Amino acid sequence: MTQATQSLTQPSSSATFTGLKCKECGAEYEAKAIHVCEFCFGPLEVMYDYSALAQTVTRERIQAGPNSIWRYRPFLPVVTDTPIDVGTGMTPLLKANRLARRLGLKRLYIKNDAVNMPTLSFKDRVVSVALTRARELGFTTVSCASTGNLANSTAAIAAHAGLDCCVFIPSDLEAGKVLGTLVYGPTVMAVHGNYDQVNRLCSEVANTHGWGFVNINLRPYYSEGSKTLGYEVAEQLGWQLPDHIVAPLASGSLFTKIYKGFQEFVKVGLVEEKAVRFSGAQAEGCSPIAQAFREERDFITPVKPSTIAKSIAIGNPADGIYAVDIARKTNGNIESVTDQEIVEGMKLLAETEGIFTETAGGTTIATLKKLVEAGKINSDETTVVYITGNGLKTQEAVQGYIGQPLTIEPKLDSFERALERSRTLDRLEWQEVLV
Amino acid sequence: MSVKVLIPTPLQKFTRDQATIECEGGSIAELLDSLESSFPGIKARLCDDQGELRRFINFYVNSEDIRFLDGKNTSLNEGDEVSIVPAVAGG
Repeated sequence: MTQATQSLTQPSSSATFTGLKCKECGAEYEAKAIHVCEFCFGPLEVMYDYSALAQTVTRERIQAGPNSIWRYRPFLPVVTDTPIDVGTGMTPLLKANRLARRLGLKRLYIKNDAVNMPTLSFKDRVVSVALTRARELGFTTVSCASTGNLANSTAAIAAHAGLDCCVFIPSDLEAGKVLGTLVYGPTVMAVHGNYDQVNRLCSEVANTHGWGFVNINLRPYYSEGSKTLGYEVAEQLGWQLPDHIVAPLASGSLFTKIYKGFQEFVKVGLVEEKAVRFSGAQAEGCSPIAQAFREERDFITPVKPSTIAKSIAIGNPADGIYAVDIARKTNGNIESVTDQEIVEGMKLLAETEGIFTETAGGTTIATLKKLVEAGKINSDETTVVYITGNGLKTQEAVQGYIGQPLTIEPKLDSFERALERSRTLDRLEWQEVLV
Repeated sequence: MSVKVLIPTPLQKFTRDQATIECEGGSIAELLDSLESSFPGIKARLCDDQGELRRFINFYVNSEDIRFLDGKNTSLNEGDEVSIVPAVAGG
């Protein structure tokens, strides 16, 4: 058992979080390493003292803070004044004019977490929070069940923080994601099975070795890190909320936390209240949340994933039902797209905006396109699309779909011939693709 | 039918801190009753007022989610392993 430093388990007088509360039955708990309600097994959510927050937090104080997620520290469930800050967050919010024109939208923005630090996915946000809290709770070993990005992030930030690390992944992950974990020197368990099986195994392991599993016993703290995706967009839009957001859905957690982030900013008076529509994206080969939304169900039927979008292939999504609730009550939608559309989505974003995203981002762009074409996003809505991961990690997905370089001799005529040929190709492509 | 049941941490206070127990039952429904008679109070944690399994609890028989099998009527064989796992993890 490595959990020891009890003095830091309780929020200090300067902390703004007050404990944990069951999202289902409302039972309250101390801010310890627990993630499920002992009575009804509902998920636990961090509670804050919003009146204290409203008195202390201002736009100016946030802007004077670090250029990372920790500028929002009062909204995050940590006690320390020296959190693990590896430059995570404050990623670009890019006005995507060319993609907008292609789709027929007027104001489209990309929140680009493909370049989040240090491991190029939004997971660095949640892990920075989880490991800071893990240290406060006295853990010396951290762990996770991951579809890849989380493993990269946990291993990297644990290395920086000097924590021991053991990660569990499905054995069929993309090579880039395995390599991008191993390099930081953690113990890596590649499990024969899909993510849901890995997750189940970890739930069984979680309390046996005294480890802090970021997305199991630390999940209430971990998941709060995703709220910063909401805060940053609000701040980067000039302290206002967008009209519509589109985000990928795996467990559904990120989606619900962006919502919570917007709500909190309204609650403490940092932004004006506004009805923001929330739309979610899934891959057809793993779309339990989209199915529940489509069939107007209030429960999720798990599925067995089969899609190239492995980072979001969660067949039994813990927060799925909350994501459905939010999409419904905000007048949003949840759509699914095919693997072919996912690859097209990756290419579309790369060719119009210069952003190489992974399959989850392709899913989100393809869903955006589908929603626009179906008239489910109005052209004058200020729309923000969340791109949560980097394409260099899932190269397998686009190989064979993006052409080859023109190989030439180091001679002028060879170059001229090749150039002529490439122009011909361009013209052919021009006829197929609308600009 | 004697089966092995893996008990999640929040329920181990019912099972005197045992993480694994042996129990009887020809189906998940029967297993729930038999768990209740050995560890009074445990069934109310697993099932709601209507007697249905709570939506944040997952049951697995030999690693297969019972929602891919026959739900509460999923039959159990001698030596099967039943895991009870809270749903709220992952992502």
